[in-house]
Amino acid sequence: MSEETKHNNQPENTEETNKFPKAHLQKRTVYSPDGEKIEVDPLQDYYLQDRPERRDPRYRAVEKFLNWARSESLWILGFGTGCGSIELPPLTTPRFDAFRFGIAMRPTPRQSNLFIISGYLSIKTLKRAIRSYEQMPDPKYVVALGSCTINGGMYFDSYNTINRLDKYMPVDVYIAGCMPRPEALIAGFNKLKQKIKEGRAEGANEYVQRFDEYKANQKQIIKDWNMPDYNW
Amino acid sequence: MENIAAKLLWTFLGLLIVLNWGMLKTSLIRKIVARVGGRYGIRWYQPWINLIKLYGTRGQLSHGVMFYLGPVFRIAGGIGLFLFMPLIFGDPRWSNFAFAGDLILLLYFKFFGMLGMALGAGEGGHPYSAIGVSRGLSQYTAVEIPFTLGIIALAVQYDTLSLTEMVAAQQGGIANWTIVTNPIASAALLFSMLGIFMHAPFDLVKAPNEIPIGPPTEYHASYLGVLRTNAAILHITEAILFMNLLFGGANNWIELIIKTFLIYFITVFIGVVFPRFRIEQSVRFFFGVPLILGLLAIILIM
Repeated sequence: MSEETKHNNQPENTEETNKFPKAHLQKRTVYSPDGEKIEVDPLQDYYLQDRPERRDPRYRAVEKFLNWARSESLWILGFGTGCGSIELPPLTTPRFDAFRFGIAMRPTPRQSNLFIISGYLSIKTLKRAIRSYEQMPDPKYVVALGSCTINGGMYFDSYNTINRLDKYMPVDVYIAGCMPRPEALIAGFNKLKQKIKEGRAEGANEYVQRFDEYKANQKQIIKDWNMPDYNW
Repeated sequence: MENIAAKLLWTFLGLLIVLNWGMLKTSLIRKIVARVGGRYGIRWYQPWINLIKLYGTRGQLSHGVMFYLGPVFRIAGGIGLFLFMPLIFGDPRWSNFAFAGDLILLLYFKFFGMLGMALGAGEGGHPYSAIGVSRGLSQYTAVEIPFTLGIIALAVQYDTLSLTEMVAAQQGGIANWTIVTNPIASAALLFSMLGIFMHAPFDLVKAPNEIPIGPPTEYHASYLGVLRTNAAILHITEAILFMNLLFGGANNWIELIIKTFLIYFITVFIGVVFPRFRIEQSVRFFFGVPLILGLLAIILIM
């Protein structure tokens, strides 16, 4: 393929191509080699399209025990945004060794229950952060690292980053600083543990409660919204 | 034993002991690796906390029937392997449901969970799951040939397909262990053991940092809890299998715990020394020296 035709095959970044669902996700009918007619709805296959539901704690004693287990087993989603993600790898080194607090890194959102937004979030990353957050099974917790997540920090007047994280997802613990050191992160984890043990870290339910509000905020800032509203 | 209820009870008790020993082994291994790296490492009871948390996760979703059945098949494979495995030699309470032809059945159960997991992970729909499954099945196919050849050599040597009788033949000191009496078949089995435990250099199925976690990418909450429970049972049961085949079985629980730990530690030790193989390298490896050793063992025993 010549360089020119390759270029022509790229989808143009217009209003039409960014529409959701895209052409390959449209409902269609296909025929098998035997002539059998099959209805295909890729959206149903690729995405789960239920509106989120509140999952309240049921039995107080059981929940207290489970909250203890949850707080002592925090699995961080390996998703680094901004410059703060450079402070996460030292947690696994001999100097800080966060494993002794029951903290571990997981590579997939399905298996993690702690999302660290490590610094500024550009609009492009916000979209991915929302998808990842929604895919995590609840109860899930968010730790916002650095000043950028509180008021924009040094990027407060940037055209491309968000200023306040808690407009887009519920945040449990803020760790201020630019940049906070790994010690500060561990102190933040201990704060989060305390909060979970007291049963006050119900961010997932809060997200469901104020779902429309959060979605409106997200859609206001993400112009090319080419994904379904629910991602879990 | 005439009383089937008592038999079931002893088997269940054995399962509980093996499960907890498997969990403890996981944290011990991680602790040893951490201490070598100059870290304090995880707390020794961390695997139990993780398990409680996983089973207590509220949000849980399914991608379909097969996705749900994947971990169920996996744990059925693990418990099935355990059910027919004689644990302690000379004690009918701890010999589970071992019978005259249990070795053939064990070979089946080893593959059963893997196939179920392959179907389940496939329905999860994540590309990394599919990559992990294809790698796992092709590697296991290569591993199984030297493994089966070694087992056939032992079956011919001891003239039996019963694990209990094989252990009985190895009693009376280290000089009677298979690893001494039949070193070539033992070498083939030990090579395939590296592939079965899937530590580095053969850990490309889960391949941390490469295809994030392979087949279980989409598994979460109690699905992952079931997989973790199974891993604890399966690792110890497979170590018991190799203990019975090569290292003279065990006469009591202390001996079993020490031997299974050392057998498992062989793979961990090799794992920290060697880097990861790619899939074609690993398949080529198992079709090389281990396969030749397996064939040699068969020829020499005839």
